[in-house]
Amino acid sequence: MISRRDFLQVAMATSALYGASGFGNWSRLAAQQALTQDELLQFDDFGNVTLIHMTDIHAQMTPVYFREPEVNIGVGDNKGFVPHITGADYRKMYGIADGSPTAYALTYDDFAALGKTYGRIGGMDRAATVINSIRAARPDALLLDGGDTWHGSYSCYHTAGQDVVNIMAALKPDAMTFHWEFTLGQDRVRELVAASPFAMLGQNIFNNEWNEPAEEFKAYEMFERGGVKIAVIGQAFPYMPIANPGWMFPDFSFGIRDERMQEVVDEVRAAGAQLVVCLSHNGFDVDKKMASRVKGIDVILTGHTHDALPEPFLVGETILIASGSHGKFVSRVDLDVRDGRMMGFRHKLIPLFADVIAPDPAVAAVIEAERAPFKSQMEEVIGRTAADTTLFRRGNFNGSWDDLICDALMSEREADIAMSPGVRWGASILPDSDITREDMWTTTSMTYGKCYRTEMTGEFIHTILEDVADNLFNPDPYYQQGGDMVRIGGMGYGIDIGQPMGSRITDMVLLKTGEKIDPAKTYVVAGWASVNEGTEGPQIWDVVESHIKKLGTVSVKPNSNVKVTGV
Amino acid sequence: MELNRRETLALGLGAAAIVALPVRFAAAATGDEMIAAFTGGAAVAEGGVTITAPEIAENGNTVPVAVASENAVSIMVLAMGNPTPGVATFNFGEGAGAHSASTRMRLAGTQDVVAIAKMADGSFARAAATVKVTIGGCGG
Repeated sequence: MISRRDFLQVAMATSALYGASGFGNWSRLAAQQALTQDELLQFDDFGNVTLIHMTDIHAQMTPVYFREPEVNIGVGDNKGFVPHITGADYRKMYGIADGSPTAYALTYDDFAALGKTYGRIGGMDRAATVINSIRAARPDALLLDGGDTWHGSYSCYHTAGQDVVNIMAALKPDAMTFHWEFTLGQDRVRELVAASPFAMLGQNIFNNEWNEPAEEFKAYEMFERGGVKIAVIGQAFPYMPIANPGWMFPDFSFGIRDERMQEVVDEVRAAGAQLVVCLSHNGFDVDKKMASRVKGIDVILTGHTHDALPEPFLVGETILIASGSHGKFVSRVDLDVRDGRMMGFRHKLIPLFADVIAPDPAVAAVIEAERAPFKSQMEEVIGRTAADTTLFRRGNFNGSWDDLICDALMSEREADIAMSPGVRWGASILPDSDITREDMWTTTSMTYGKCYRTEMTGEFIHTILEDVADNLFNPDPYYQQGGDMVRIGGMGYGIDIGQPMGSRITDMVLLKTGEKIDPAKTYVVAGWASVNEGTEGPQIWDVVESHIKKLGTVSVKPNSNVKVTGV
Repeated sequence: MELNRRETLALGLGAAAIVALPVRFAAAATGDEMIAAFTGGAAVAEGGVTITAPEIAENGNTVPVAVASENAVSIMVLAMGNPTPGVATFNFGEGAGAHSASTRMRLAGTQDVVAIAKMADGSFARAAATVKVTIGGCGG
């Protein structure tokens, strides 16, 4: 007799991305021949329930280049586990050939060369083709959007999310949860949520005044699909008012609230749910911990930390699915639910290679219509990347995009030191390529993008770095607040990950003079994305555009100003 | 003579009597001293009382906290890192339905929040939660 655990393992062994293309397959034509839409979509239907998951699209409606992280350090119990495995170690773990399309989609190495070979990934018109294909096999499939959808592009900013809302509506999702959506402001969020034809979920979205569940959001939605009662419970990003400006949504409180999560799981089980799915924006490590504390969740569709994993991760009998970001991937999860429980699964992380998957004409038309009013503005070329420079952001520390932005802040704002937020979003640009305004907005667009210019003591700068470092490297994921490390320009420092808060950051040096940062001395600091109300200054995208235009061709040298130890 | 903080505060209290500062300054004992006063020095068991507070405070000036203990007659809540650790002491009468209570507190910084429950049988129970107060920003 096969135990449930064995069944899960057997099913797991069958899940795999297409990954058999040979190394050194450098021409675009060869890549296209090696990879076909049929292969990307190939899936032997399994069980009786299908989930389709996308998350952290960040308003990228058209295909992008997106370099996965090189540095993604795990701490505490998560050290050495996915998603804190990158590059060659990641490929080895999953048996991915160097230089293959899969290596390009999931790891950072040789990104520029592979990007020229395999092209862009993503686009909601390609996603529609994949979703339609899955629905053709499984008409009852649930499409679930993990949030960070209505944020991150030029047109999204200028329409307060409406362009994305309209395009996503064409995909017909069944439910959604939230993070950056709230930075549109609570009035706009309420308006869009009230108008939504599908479920807007968050068991942890509370009314701030009464500390009770917010009436605008349901904790869960019950679906009956394939003869199975499925509860989808929403979990919004827990630390919104801390990581983002709470003054933009003062009526709402969040938090992890795993006691209530347990209550809701118990409630839906009592109401007859045979399958419990959590649509989460917790971040992967927080979801791992939650899965170990809350009993009765079968599937957690993870989000927030932008991880893409070709296999589910198991915590007890809960499977965690990680579907990447920026529209690069669609996850298909087939489940066998019988006798009131999940018996097994089959999973595939489907990369949306834009040159391989045909765009769905109907959704392509919707995208084109939404882009039309902004097309000339978005597609205007504002500069070029040099042959030695790939612009990217994602990683625990400064990416080249961040260095460019920090340089822009110091140069345009006449500052000693620049600070740029450690957000995980922003598309990449290959070497020797045009930089369009739209490209630059993928890394700068937000509703609180004004650039401050202020004086800070060396001691205060140290305090900020320590605070942010603890929000990333606290060994307990429940105490990790959100983003990657704040990006610093004009200053070098050392960081010992393994130290407690207050002792991680050392050797702060002002780069322009080579002097040590004096705790008592005052420095001029320019930055953006302050969570404080009333921040004044020019918008970050204007500052960066002005800087890029002056440079013409952008060359960013590798950054060696942050010395990381204790990994 | 070397003054410790408590003695300094006690001296301040002496002065306060003259200038009529708020009487609550009198409560500025340390958290451990307040626990000792509450329990009369009796042993305190871990568990038997629950404390619910956010892992990271959304606003350190008003942090929700809830405590519960089925058999408690009294639950004291302390913010151990505050200059004045006392938050509240909830007393449950014989007619009390749920032996739980919630309030909001102001936290000076990252610290442990402790609940000490006095049970009907005279025993004591303890639970603690670490609440982080951060300057925030940078949300991925």
